[in-house]
Amino acid sequence: MAKVTIDGQSIEVPDGTTILQAARMIGGDNVPPAMCYHSKLKTSGGYCRTCIVKVSKGSDKDPRPMPKLVPSCRTTVMDGMEVQNNTSPEVLEARRGVVEFLLINHPLDCPVCDQAGECHLQDLGYENGAAKTRYDFPRRKFNMIDIGANIKMHMTRCIMCFRCVKTADQITDNRVHGMLNRGDASEISTYIEKAITNDFSGNMIDVCPVGALTDKTFRFKSRVWFTKPMDAHRDCKKCSGKVALWEKGNEILRVTARKDKWGEAEEWICNECRFEKKDVKDWIIEGPRHIDRHSVISLNHYENVVSKLKIDIAKQQKQLVDKK
Amino acid sequence: MSKEIKFNEETLTLINKIINRYPVGKQKSALLPVLHIAQAEFDGWLSPETMEYVASLLNIKPIEVFEVATFYSMYNLKPVGKCILEVCRTSSCWSRGSEDIVQHLEKKLGIKAGETTKDGMFTIKTVECLGSCGGAPMLQCGAAFHENLTIEKVNSIVENYRYEGKRKSYTDLDYKNTL
Amino acid sequence: MGKKILLEHINVPGINTLEVYRQNGGYASVEKALKTMAPDAIVEEVKKSGLRGRGGAGFPTGMKWSFLAKPEGVERYLVVNADESEPGTFKDRYLMEKIPHILLEGMITSSFALGAKTSCIYIRGEYFYVSRILEAAIEEAYAAGLLGKNILGTNFSHDIFVQVGAGAYICGEETALLESLEGKRGNPRIKPPFPAVAGLYGCPTVVNNVETIASVPYIVMNGGDDYAKIGIGRSTGTKLISASGHINKPGVYEIEMGITVEDFIYSEEYCGGILNGKKLKAVVAGGSSVPILPADLILKTEKGEPRLMSYESLSDGGFATGTMLGSGGFMVYDETTSIVKNLYTFARFYHHESCGQCSPCREGTGWMEKILHRIVEGHGKHGDTDLLWDIQRKIEGNTICPLGDAAAWPVASAIRHFRAEFEEYINHPERIKEVKHLQELVS
Repeated sequence: MAKVTIDGQSIEVPDGTTILQAARMIGGDNVPPAMCYHSKLKTSGGYCRTCIVKVSKGSDKDPRPMPKLVPSCRTTVMDGMEVQNNTSPEVLEARRGVVEFLLINHPLDCPVCDQAGECHLQDLGYENGAAKTRYDFPRRKFNMIDIGANIKMHMTRCIMCFRCVKTADQITDNRVHGMLNRGDASEISTYIEKAITNDFSGNMIDVCPVGALTDKTFRFKSRVWFTKPMDAHRDCKKCSGKVALWEKGNEILRVTARKDKWGEAEEWICNECRFEKKDVKDWIIEGPRHIDRHSVISLNHYENVVSKLKIDIAKQQKQLVDKK
Repeated sequence: MSKEIKFNEETLTLINKIINRYPVGKQKSALLPVLHIAQAEFDGWLSPETMEYVASLLNIKPIEVFEVATFYSMYNLKPVGKCILEVCRTSSCWSRGSEDIVQHLEKKLGIKAGETTKDGMFTIKTVECLGSCGGAPMLQCGAAFHENLTIEKVNSIVENYRYEGKRKSYTDLDYKNTL
Repeated sequence: MGKKILLEHINVPGINTLEVYRQNGGYASVEKALKTMAPDAIVEEVKKSGLRGRGGAGFPTGMKWSFLAKPEGVERYLVVNADESEPGTFKDRYLMEKIPHILLEGMITSSFALGAKTSCIYIRGEYFYVSRILEAAIEEAYAAGLLGKNILGTNFSHDIFVQVGAGAYICGEETALLESLEGKRGNPRIKPPFPAVAGLYGCPTVVNNVETIASVPYIVMNGGDDYAKIGIGRSTGTKLISASGHINKPGVYEIEMGITVEDFIYSEEYCGGILNGKKLKAVVAGGSSVPILPADLILKTEKGEPRLMSYESLSDGGFATGTMLGSGGFMVYDETTSIVKNLYTFARFYHHESCGQCSPCREGTGWMEKILHRIVEGHGKHGDTDLLWDIQRKIEGNTICPLGDAAAWPVASAIRHFRAEFEEYINHPERIKEVKHLQELVS
């Protein structure tokens, strides 16, 4: 076990825990934002640099501070380590820099992007970005490529988090897409136009923190905050069958994996569940999915409404039973 | 023009020799050298077919080859001229006049940097530091380094290559053929 | 004449052949090490020598070696970094081309010290012809029983192979080099773990520069203490300097560390003064990544002491008034040079070479190049100098590997020492086109 203190709050964590994981265990407002780390993907993280923190004390054994800011997602804690996140002006300044770098070539086409409302880059920009850009050159463009029937790719929106590449590497046995070219010309591509057909490929949509990979079956159907996420499951031979349904009225507009409070998929789901089961009859609905009240998705307060309805229905049922 | 994408026995033996220098199961290590060989053998560039062939030889996924081939600047992903004149333009070469060399080449060959002459003989490419700063300005063509360039020297280099009419590759052995 | 360790026999005809190399004392260190020394004793001598990594970072070699993990039954590797791509640096090419055997000798001796059964030279792809020279030398060494099974009749067996890269500056970064050697994109790894624990194929690995390894035979033959006497202070030994730019005699020089910069630039033994008798404007002393210094600060430190060719003296004054020895890529610029234009070539270089993995470097290097491009084209905007300063500051220290710093430092130093020239470019783009005006700006 190792004791680590982050922005003055201490916690004991098992050896091998990263600073980011420890911060998430503490919770609250001092958790560094993360764009490329994903708890279910091995060797993820370290690329985007948004989660950088200052280690002001290395450990009890070796109290020297670390010379540079470190990515909290890839730095393991040491006993007695002291970390500064929001309490370090240096960290906040550097993070603002990272956000600016991530945004200079981003198209900012949120009004027509299906990811809007659940986009990590929007959240990041909202919290750490500047209101005006200092970048006055044409933004980077890529040729559109078709990567298959179910997934729409917008390379211009990509922030190179490597999550989708790692997903394909780790949960499928035949990765056909990857990172091509180099530097700021890098792009996610299949090189020669090739359909991504693997049965679990849809998970790439869920791990994408921005709108670079979106669900073609949901394309332009609705803004995400006009939909109601419901926990649901079905008996599936390929995956756990535990999903989140995004409904509008009685229509299922989209099926996704259930995501934790950090926006990271809890369990992988198969393409059949994701793309083909759009009928309410396909699913056993468990109830409304909890959405953080800060999220735009909780805008229509459906969670309370549904809970209230549930109580009402229960009451009526009880009355009926009582009458009988 | 396009020949069958398949190495001959001699080349396959060489490739096997390369693979054998790595531990068992680490044959992917041979990817960079094998791509160099493939580029030299198949018209100076790596077509998707060539890359898929290399992938099958090394028993790796095609995307692993695409990722690598697009990363390194020495692999050509489009057809190129027989002689690629790679003119260095970084600091020391720039300060000793590499811009004049490029301009002269462009005028002489009637093409811009990045383009190939109609006869398919020459491609001009501007490149970053080739580790020949003491011989600035310089250009590389195939394996040969041409240093301390002057306009006259560039003229004779171009004429020599034109006269020879051969495709130049990095893997060429005639490295002593520097002017 | 200063002491020569690496280039002593450079002018001996046929020194590239095993026969002539051995006639001149070559491979004696292999004989001595394998037959009379324990591996750890060699590591000790290297520690005592104070030899520092010659690739640019200057990390003590003996210490790097002692970090190497030695778990039972796991292979260990020595990888020689011959990716030499730092603009201004061409010493390793010269050494390998002229005396390939000195590198092989160093590799065999060092591998014996480290317990590596296989070692590899990773050489940049553009040096293909040099790889052929090395391969020929390796063949000779195998034939003479200096490589292969039971070298010189001892229990030590060793294999060396040459691996060519394919054009990527980033592969000079040791973990990117290892990735490339594994047949992947040259993306630097996130550290820890360091190569000493998990390097090539996950095995403990030492990555050393060509010049570093080529210095080992001398240390083995003469002892670490003897080596440490050469040079000055903690800058022990000799250093290969690649001299280029506006000088009369560009080339590779072996210097004993501690000679003055002035002597190096102006003496006939070395650079032979500024080309065409012009005045010195600035120097980049250790490869493109290190801060550029104006003439007065490269010749004398802020305190007015003569600046010496050594790790410590060149970095005297920190980045405010000093620079670094780096890889020893010594680029000289005369009074007619546009510092801004020169910086643009550096910025273009780093933009071209950024691997694209982490956001500050991927996005920042391109942004800086674009701004510098419009400045040199005469379309600079007011505030561009400050914007450049701010961008480089946000890249520095925030990237996975040192390429970010390497891209930031030239920009920072050029602005720090030549700000007036930037402003002139932005405010009076017409005037700056005249070389004369550039000269006036200096004086």
